[in-house]
Amino acid sequence: MWKFLVPFAAFVALVVLFAFGLNPNRDIHALPSPLIGRSAPPFSLTDVMDPNHFVSNSAYKGQVYIVNVWGTWCEACRQEHDALLSIARQQIVPIIGLVYMDQRDKAKQWLEQSGNPYAAVAFDDDGRTAIDWGVYGAPETFLVDEQGRVMYKFISPMTPEVWQREFLPRIAAARRAGA
Amino acid sequence: MVAVLGLWLAGGVPAAHALDANGQMEDPALQERYERIAKDLRCLVCQNESIADSNVELASDLRRQVREMLVAGQSDDAIFGFMTDRYGDFVRFNPPLEAKTVLIWGAPFIVLAFGVVIIVRIVRHRSSMPLDDEAKEPV
Repeated sequence: MWKFLVPFAAFVALVVLFAFGLNPNRDIHALPSPLIGRSAPPFSLTDVMDPNHFVSNSAYKGQVYIVNVWGTWCEACRQEHDALLSIARQQIVPIIGLVYMDQRDKAKQWLEQSGNPYAAVAFDDDGRTAIDWGVYGAPETFLVDEQGRVMYKFISPMTPEVWQREFLPRIAAARRAGA
Repeated sequence: MVAVLGLWLAGGVPAAHALDANGQMEDPALQERYERIAKDLRCLVCQNESIADSNVELASDLRRQVREMLVAGQSDDAIFGFMTDRYGDFVRFNPPLEAKTVLIWGAPFIVLAFGVVIIVRIVRHRSSMPLDDEAKEPV
């Protein structure tokens, strides 16, 4: 009995391990963020559109908001731009842009040409805000709840499907909890 | 020509010097700590390189952070804490032993114990068998 059961159990364990490890839908570079459930790191940075104006996430305290990290150098950010524009048109939550490892003029020009989905666009000149948020690439999209806690982090280009599947239910839950 | 070659070399082989791209630190003791810490921090863009070896911008930003914290007199633990608070334990090549990482540290010992059990069983089984030349003798 054991002679059969032990190898069989080992086989099943390996199949489970490989099914998890080889799952093509799993992004092996995506890391869990230690920020989830903790207060969103505060920032106050100059506005990409107007360097005399400051963008601060404390201005959004008390409401659910999105922080989207991007740069004009980032091909995947260009891919998600249309999705962000359509999300912005729905006016469900404000999206704050965080321009990462980029030049102000380039970012400004890109938004003027392709449309601006952001309620405000902060310019992270020296990358310190990105470090505070644990950013290691772009695009990265964070969801912050009404208590100012990071609820969710999505790494990869935003799509309408991801918005529908991952963000809308969490936004609804955050509002239920906050109400 | 020599100057051009020098420039080309400087641009072409920076990989080994990523660590000191901004010059060495003044205090040799701090430099020693800086090198040790940078070698234990993973560059999350390349993932298999440490920030000491990597030339990507994030690695250089993180090195700047480590240097500033060292100069400000912060402890090694404070610096590693700063990094794991933001990037998780994965940022360390040498993750701390805790509930989540017990399996990583314990796995080699589990495999070793498993191997020992198998060997003991095989040896016991064999020693209970008749010797080869005895078996070959015609009965």
